Amino acid sequence: MIEKEMRVRRIEHGTVIDHITAGQALNVLRILGISGTTNAVVSVAMNVPSEVMGSKDIVKVEDRELEEEEVDRISLIAPNATINIIRDFKVIEKYLVDLPERLEGVVKCANPNCISNTNEPVTSKFTVNKKPIELRCIYCDLVISEGIAEHLI
Amino acid sequence: MYHIISMRDFSRDEIDLILNKAKQLEPIAKGKKSDLLLGKILATLFFEPSTRTRLSFETAMKRLGGEVIDLGALEVSSVAKGETLADTIRVVANYADAIVLRHPREGAARMAAEYSRVPIINAGDGAGHHPTQTLLDLYTIMRESSLSGLRIALVGDLKYGRTVHSLAYALSLYHADMTLVSPKQLEMPDVIKKDLKKQGAVIRETTKLEDVMGDIDVLYITRIQKERFPDPAEYLKVAGSYRVTEELIKKASDSLIIMHPLPRMDEIAPAVDRTKYARYFEQSFYGVPVRMALLVMAMETT
Repeated sequence: MIEKEMRVRRIEHGTVIDHITAGQALNVLRILGISGTTNAVVSVAMNVPSEVMGSKDIVKVEDRELEEEEVDRISLIAPNATINIIRDFKVIEKYLVDLPERLEGVVKCANPNCISNTNEPVTSKFTVNKKPIELRCIYCDLVISEGIAEHLI
Repeated sequence: MYHIISMRDFSRDEIDLILNKAKQLEPIAKGKKSDLLLGKILATLFFEPSTRTRLSFETAMKRLGGEVIDLGALEVSSVAKGETLADTIRVVANYADAIVLRHPREGAARMAAEYSRVPIINAGDGAGHHPTQTLLDLYTIMRESSLSGLRIALVGDLKYGRTVHSLAYALSLYHADMTLVSPKQLEMPDVIKKDLKKQGAVIRETTKLEDVMGDIDVLYITRIQKERFPDPAEYLKVAGSYRVTEELIKKASDSLIIMHPLPRMDEIAPAVDRTKYARYFEQSFYGVPVRMALLVMAMETT
């Protein structure tokens, strides 16, 4: 990337989440627990022109590397995202998010009568179909295919 | 461990195994003495009213020489004190060799299986699964018609009636030719139809039952359940949409059989009971050998 084309400056340490589905950057922040009251240094670019994707969002978070569970959640709403781990201004690791085959405690079942939405000692569990993204509750069989961000725990 | 939770857990071979086992056990269901499950105890946990399912499980267990225990009145059990299902299951699993569970929450049986050290048999979870009903429906078709090359019409509430969904799913494993007959408001949801087609099922849809009568081997009609409708006016619009009468069955092919999970309201005229097509009372009997097969398969390994 050529310096003059960059919309936000390079970061010294942290994580750059690139190729986020356009419009999902704020949901990514939500997944990372970043809000107006947190101290994290964050840059967000939305609807940036992209050769591959048409347009995309980018999120840069300084001084933080992501947990596997956070990456799983991001993969649900931005299946093409790439994670770049930055140390001393250099990309030391770069990988594509990958949807796991099974999600535990990540998504809340949309069926109010599902046993996973009660006071029973049970964690929500979904099997994942990748293309198109469809989550099937292993308890009640409900399939979630749209508005997945709204169901994230 | 042999849990019976959802039809989705079974392959066609596994279903055939159950159906064949049921056939073997049919003489016992009719009264021949047996001690196959002598000394075994079945717990029936019904958190929702049900008569025929509970009775046929009890009959099945007793005919095999086993014993049955139950919760008693829910108002006096620990459930009324607010005990979780997970705790109830862990306790009862220490008293019995298998548990039959009916619960108002979808997915309750799957969760129970996670907590149980004995087999769980799902006898209905909310609007969810009811695999023993599906298996007895398949068994009825096998005994009274044929599962191969089957042409079947599923009639009634195909939107909310999830036992029909699980039957349709199982029939897709047999590559059945299915005609879905329902009022527009009660059509089968797209996500389920897509699922069936993925399995290789042939699906047609119509709102007119009379048009398909000559081209089917099985007519499977269900009650339109009032309790599923948020608005009573909506229910009245579709209630009584389909009625099997003597007039209608004049158009039937000779080998047609008519099935209904019962209880019926007015979907089938009483006059039809006397015709050669009626099989719904046989169907309710077949619940016994099928549940026997499941009990034997669940408990002979424990």
